[in-house]
Amino acid sequence: MDILLQQIINGLTTGSVYAVVALGYTMVYGVIQLINFAHGEVVMIGAMVAFSVIASLAGSTLPPLAIVLAGVLAAIPACMAIGYSLERVAYRPLRHAPRLAPLITAIGMSIILQHLALLIWGRNPLAFPQIIDNPSFAIGGAAISGVQIAIILLSMVMMAGLSWFVYRTRFGIAIRATAENVHVAALMGINANRVIAATFVIGAGLGAVAGVMFGTYYGIAHYTMGFTLGLKAFSAAVLGGIGNLPGAMVGGLLLGLVEALGTGYIGEMTDLCRWPGAGSGTGWMGERCADGEHFVLFGSNYQDVFAFLMLILVLVFRPSGLLGERVSERA
Amino acid sequence: MTEVLLEARNIGKRFGGVQALKDVSLTIRRGEIYGLIGPNGAGKTTLFNVFTGLYPRDGGEVLFAGKPLSLESPHTVAAAGIARTFQNIRLFANMTARENVMVGRHVRTRAGVFGAILHTRAERAEEAAIRRRADELLHYVGIDDRADALARNLSYGDQRRLEIARALATDPQLLALDEPAAGMNATETAGLRQLIEGLRRDGLTVLLIEHDVKLVMGLCDRVAVLDYGEKIAEDVPEVVRKNPKVIEAYLGTSAH
Repeated sequence: MDILLQQIINGLTTGSVYAVVALGYTMVYGVIQLINFAHGEVVMIGAMVAFSVIASLAGSTLPPLAIVLAGVLAAIPACMAIGYSLERVAYRPLRHAPRLAPLITAIGMSIILQHLALLIWGRNPLAFPQIIDNPSFAIGGAAISGVQIAIILLSMVMMAGLSWFVYRTRFGIAIRATAENVHVAALMGINANRVIAATFVIGAGLGAVAGVMFGTYYGIAHYTMGFTLGLKAFSAAVLGGIGNLPGAMVGGLLLGLVEALGTGYIGEMTDLCRWPGAGSGTGWMGERCADGEHFVLFGSNYQDVFAFLMLILVLVFRPSGLLGERVSERA
Repeated sequence: MTEVLLEARNIGKRFGGVQALKDVSLTIRRGEIYGLIGPNGAGKTTLFNVFTGLYPRDGGEVLFAGKPLSLESPHTVAAAGIARTFQNIRLFANMTARENVMVGRHVRTRAGVFGAILHTRAERAEEAAIRRRADELLHYVGIDDRADALARNLSYGDQRRLEIARALATDPQLLALDEPAAGMNATETAGLRQLIEGLRRDGLTVLLIEHDVKLVMGLCDRVAVLDYGEKIAEDVPEVVRKNPKVIEAYLGTSAH
């Protein structure tokens, strides 16, 4: 099996999901400079709602794809409603408060949503019902599954759709104008509240689909899944340059690739027995490595480290992100 | 006498201990170019910001086209028909010239999320109309060849023109220009002068704040002079020029 190609395929899959979730962070940040830490929880609830619907329809005679579609179509409005409520109830009253206040509120909303999910769905993970076949296709020594193809394609479609919306429609122009200067945008008749609410709703809708994709890929959904996923997507948004839409997409894909390749190779690279001299040497190390044994320092359980390692490196060496530019102070 | 478009009565504005505006009253008639001049710190821009809803006022009232102007938010002022430009240019720098002007059309149109997503026939038609109008306005101010350039890549003079085009996109009855000639060279100023004269020919009322006294005196139908937050003169340029108070404010006397 070709490990490199396989890990690239896996990385593109998770990277696509990170990218779609990252768009939710970056859109909101672009318009009101708020890091909506509850976004990961919205994504989690999307997965939970969809899984509940799919599980309850699994015994019916509906075709499997229709059941999955019903799950997604239930998750999207549910998440949009949560995204809208978050903005109205938690963030709008703090629009003119010091920046720390909405940030702490966001963390609080994240905890509330997580525990709400715990109350509704319990502490056990929901399993994705095995209703659809997941065929596997061989390409160049690696395998790509139907679910992986679907995730990558669907993510691309959503990213293209959002780009079209933001860069080609009138409402998109209003969003970008508000992001650049909310006061001047208001002078031009743009209702900032509507624009801000819309960015929350759109981000939550994308997040709902991302949650379903992520849950489907790993086969389970759990009330804590939003935390790590959210942090990784946030790292992806910072990696690409927070507030920058293409940046979130590139950052997400890149993060997925680094994570997958890192996980795929870290064991091999930190296997002390494969280091020159170690295996053939005498003494303690030679014994330990005899007969092709391994002595691995870091295994694939270090998967989650890569995202945050990248976040730290970006913050140290390029704080404005890969595609971000230094924003000049507004007059 | 022609119709009064804007009447300000006893406008006051205080910043902490500083009385920035003291009982300022003035009338702008429809179709004229009304100049507002005064030494630095006289309160010109403050008055301007009160008219355009950026600052709340402390006293007085503003009548616009015969009705009290609600100065609650910048949006209501724009909807009533007052558009402005800024002394320090405030364009949407990372958007194209055309998009900047399209934003201005928001005052007169409704743009909904769902309309944009569904992209209905009506939505497409309205968007096309807005695009057409934006191109007309870019042509009007003379930068139609730069429609697809990002605003931040335009020359300084063109950025000023773009700001005027964006203000015109809101269909204003009164266009307020805050030091439009600031930082312009002689050629650019001459072009600006032609543009403003064209606006008057097309029936627009213009409120002009300007440091360049020569430009104001040559262009304006009437001029008001502010000094230390008070209006010290308001008349046709020839009279204002000879007003001893104005001369004193600009040249200063030892008596002060």
